[in-house]
Parts: sequence; C-alpha cells; structure tokens
Amino acid sequence: MSAPVTSDPPAAAPEAGQALARAARPAPVRRRTWRQAFRRDWQLYSLAVLPLVFFVVFRYLPMAGNVIAFRRFQPGGSIFGDQWVGLRYVRLFLHDPTFWKVFGNTLTLGVLSLLVCFPLPIVLALLLNEMRRRRLKRFVQSVSYLPHFLSIVVVAGFILQITAVDGTVNQVLKGLGHAPITFIQQPEWFRAIYVSSEAWQTVGWGSILYLAALTTIDSDLYEAARIDGASRWRQTWHVTLPGIRPTMITLLILNIGTFMAVGFEKILLIYNPLTYPTADVISTYVYRMGVVSNSFSYAAAIGLFEAIIGLVLVFTANQISRRAVGTSLW
Amino acid sequence: MVTVRTRSWSRPRSIADAERGRVFPVVNAVLLSIVVLVTVYPFATIVARSFSGEGEIRSGQVSVIPRGFNLTTYKLVMSDATFWVNYRNTVVYTVTATVVAMVLTTCYAYVLSKKNLKGRGALIGIAVFTMFFTGGLIPNYVLVTSLGLKNSVWAIALPNAINVFNLLVMKAFFESLPGDLEEAAAVDGLSTYGILLRIVLPLSKAVIATMVLFYSVTFWNSWFSAFLYMDRVDLFPVTVYLRNLIAGAATATSVGSSKDSLAQTAANIQAVTMVLTVLPIMLVYPFIQRYFVSGVMLGAVKG
Repeated sequence: MSAPVTSDPPAAAPEAGQALARAARPAPVRRRTWRQAFRRDWQLYSLAVLPLVFFVVFRYLPMAGNVIAFRRFQPGGSIFGDQWVGLRYVRLFLHDPTFWKVFGNTLTLGVLSLLVCFPLPIVLALLLNEMRRRRLKRFVQSVSYLPHFLSIVVVAGFILQITAVDGTVNQVLKGLGHAPITFIQQPEWFRAIYVSSEAWQTVGWGSILYLAALTTIDSDLYEAARIDGASRWRQTWHVTLPGIRPTMITLLILNIGTFMAVGFEKILLIYNPLTYPTADVISTYVYRMGVVSNSFSYAAAIGLFEAIIGLVLVFTANQISRRAVGTSLW
Repeated sequence: MVTVRTRSWSRPRSIADAERGRVFPVVNAVLLSIVVLVTVYPFATIVARSFSGEGEIRSGQVSVIPRGFNLTTYKLVMSDATFWVNYRNTVVYTVTATVVAMVLTTCYAYVLSKKNLKGRGALIGIAVFTMFFTGGLIPNYVLVTSLGLKNSVWAIALPNAINVFNLLVMKAFFESLPGDLEEAAAVDGLSTYGILLRIVLPLSKAVIATMVLFYSVTFWNSWFSAFLYMDRVDLFPVTVYLRNLIAGAATATSVGSSKDSLAQTAANIQAVTMVLTVLPIMLVYPFIQRYFVSGVMLGAVKG
C-alpha cells in the first residue's frame, strides 16, 4: 500500500515526451547530447551522486550478491563468493522437506491475509463514507490509523499478552466455562492469531486511499441514481464501488506482489519452535539458515527463489489486470 | 484531508429509502464503534497491566481497569540503567538516520523533479525498480557485515537511507512548485545549489516536515536492523530491549510452569516497557496524524 498508485500508463515515457516537447519550444528541435546536458546541468547531476551511490551499494550490490546462491561463500571472504558450484544449493533446497513445508505455510498465510485484509479496508471506507457526522467520522479515522504507527515489537507484545494464559481471550473463555488455552504455543492457533492481528494493524490505514477515491466520485452520479429511484444500497453497488474500482485493483496488484514476503518481522517475534509447523515461513527459514546457522549460500538460494516468485506474481497480476480491466501499475 | 463531501439529501426520498435512512445510520454507528473499541482495546489492556499487581495479572483479573494499582513496575523499569541507555540509543539512531535519509531523499527528489533533465527516466527507473525487487536478507547481511558497519549507527542509517515511496512523494511536491521562481532566481545568477537551498526548500516546509515525520517514526519503531547488526547490549535501541523481554518471557513460559513467577514479572515489565516505548509517538500522534495522511495522499495522487 505504500507505493505510488496510478491507473495511468507509465509515467516515464509520456513525461519524457513532454520534457522533449518543452525543451524543444525555445530551442531548435534537437536532442541534447550528453556532453551538452552535463555542461548545462552538472550541478543537478552532482546532487544525484550520493543517492546513486546509495542505490548502487545498498540496493543493486545486494541484488548482485545473490550470486552466492550459485557460488561457495565463506564468511569473511568476497561477498560474491569464491567458486562456482552451479545449481547445487538450488537442488539442495528443492530436496529439503522443510523448504516445502515453509513454502506451503507462506502460501497459506499469504492467501489468508489477502482474503481477510484486502476487503476489510474497503468495507471500513464505505462505512465511514456513509457516516454523516463529520467529527465522529474524523475521530473514528484517527483511532483506526493508530496501529499503523506502532513498532512491530509492540504489536508482538500486544499479541503475546492478549493471548497469554492470563490474557483477555482466556478471560473470556474462562467466563464461558472453558479451560485456558496456551494459544501462542499451539500450531493450530497460529494462523488465526497472525491474520487477525494483521487485520487489526492494517484496516484503518488501508482505508485512506479508498476514502480519497470516494471523494473523487462525481456527486451528480448519486443524484442521477436517486432520481432513478436507486436505494442507498443500490447506489453503493452501482456508483460507489465502480468509482473506487481502479484503486481496488491497484492495491490488489501491490498486495499480490508482497504476498510472498508475509510479515517476516512479526512472525519472527511471535513464533517459537512449538508453532513452527504452521508459523515458519520462507523468510524466517532463510533467516535461521543464513544468519543463525551461517549457511549463507543455501539461504541466499531460497531467498532469491522467493524474490523471483514475488516479481513474477506482481508482473502477472499487472498483465492480467491490464488485459481484463485496463488498469495497471505501469 | 480525507473528509468526504456530504451529499445533499434535499430531494424527497422514497418510503423505502426513508426507512433505510432511519435504520442504517444506527447500524453504521454500531459497526464503527466496534472498530474503535477493537482498535483501542489492546492499548487499554496494556496500560491497565502496567499499573497492576503481579498476582492480579496472573490470576487473570486485569482487562482494562488496573487491579492492585501500583507504580512499582514503573519504578523498577525506570531504575534500570540499560533501559535508559537503550532509550538514548533509540533517540540517537533516529536522529542520525533521519538526517541522512532527509539529505539523500531531498537531493534525489529534487533532481528527479526536473522534467527537462537528460537521463531523468533512467534515474527514476533505478529507484522504482527497487520497490519490486530487492537483494534480500542474506546478501544485505553479508554486505553490511563485510563493509564493517556492524555495531555502528551506520548499519541502521545507511541501508535504509532512501525510502522510494517517500522519494516519490517529495518529487511530486517539487514538481507542483511553480517553476517561475526558480527561473527568475537562475536569471539572477543563483546556482542550482543556491536555488535548492534558498528558494525551493523554504517553500517546501510542509513536505519536509511530513518526510521528517515519516522517517523518524520508521526509525523509532525499527528493531530488526539493530537486532541483526548490534552485538552489545549497550548498543541496542529500546525496541530490541523490548524484544528481548518478550523473547525471554516466551522462553520462560514454554519451558514450563516452574518458571511461572519469572514469566509473570516479565508480563508486568513488558507492559511498562511497551507503554514507555509507545508514549512519545502517542503524545505527538494527534498533532502529526494529518501530515501522514496528506503525505500518503500526495504520493497516491501524484506518484
């Protein structure tokens, strides 16, 4: 959700076109050469140097560093490894039953969170949109954004305390005459805990973009629908929802793109060996294999696999959406 | 920012609509109240626990009202020297990382906002591509370690120096500034640096404030970089302090009931530490919330 949202075709190409057109107005219609560009704008380019160093060192070098998935790596040696070993590590993880276990867990948690956490902000935005009392509405919004500003460590603390044996959930169970459950140690409860806390964290903040989209819907459309005798429910169905459809699709594509990277930090904080059967996901497995057990190449191979799936997912979703409904990220 | 235009209901409505008109607002108000209660509840219960006695928490009496009210746990946590050292670290890391991030983000966003710049598309592409594909945990860890950044603030500040979303928000803002002023300044002989410092930045106070908030909240809340790269207790930020309390409690309970008393003390202390970690953010939240919302909207609309 924290990404640019646009239902227009790519930003770069038309802008480049505009830029050319604008540059062309005062000067003769001719592209500047690099030498001319540098002579004119060297001060601007110099401002880009440090940021570019940042991107090269901390974003693109690590991408290249994934090559250790195919090379033997020794801690303290070259960050690109010492010696080619081909697909050895890939074969290793493909034959690793734990890998397939965590792969399945990742998919399950990803699908569950998408199913729950994608529609909820839309529902909240629609409810807020129907709220006529301004101040009340503002209050609900302010409160619902609150979880977004919490450190994930604090969120984990909340989860652990509420699901503890002396926590709220068990107090309710006790009131119903039920024996206490040690939720955080039981694999069968992990998914429910993960998804519901995810919903708690994201629903309010996720509704912002929908509320913004709702303000752009032409009020004449509602007027026309009312004249045609449409009830409020039908107005929602035929005017409101189509009005926010581009936003919905854009956010859906972005959600699908981050689908494999399910809440790594949160899981790392709230899982434990007892809940590994449902809680261990690709990213936490990569963390344990790499950082904890020092099998860097093996972990990098799995991490690379995950990143490629993520990239493929977002591209596919984008293509499908472009073909099917004409909305896409780029 | 997010206020929605209220529709006029001046036209007479059908009977069915009027009927709905009476029922629906009530249902809506109830649903939204539930949202508020569910959101606030965890905060309330943690605050209640932080003021409660051990025995009362352990016997499951504490929900939103403190039982066995006392301030002992607060005194205990606040008398822990490590807690304050780590709290100070959080402040230092947050300030350092935010300053670095602001300098780099502002410079790059300003460059990207120049639509006539040759190579601009490539410069944008370099940044945006990293939103969809990243190196991943292991190569990053190997890199930061081999650069010798472990156990220093730079391990936190440098790898997170530019958030591409923030970058695009700033770029959009700079693009929306009127170009005439800058042109006039250029005619008067001001260099690009001079224009940025004397003309553009003073006009951009709102977006700069928003970005500072975005970054500082992120760094204040972050724990994983410090957890990965800091080996010594006196270098931890308070989030890692809290994380170790939580992890300690989790191990104690999973080991067995013999460690119950230990785990229970931790439940108290955890609650207090959480309250103290969150407090600064909660105090400024009412005042800064709208900046965040407007920042997200700017990024969404223009990005």
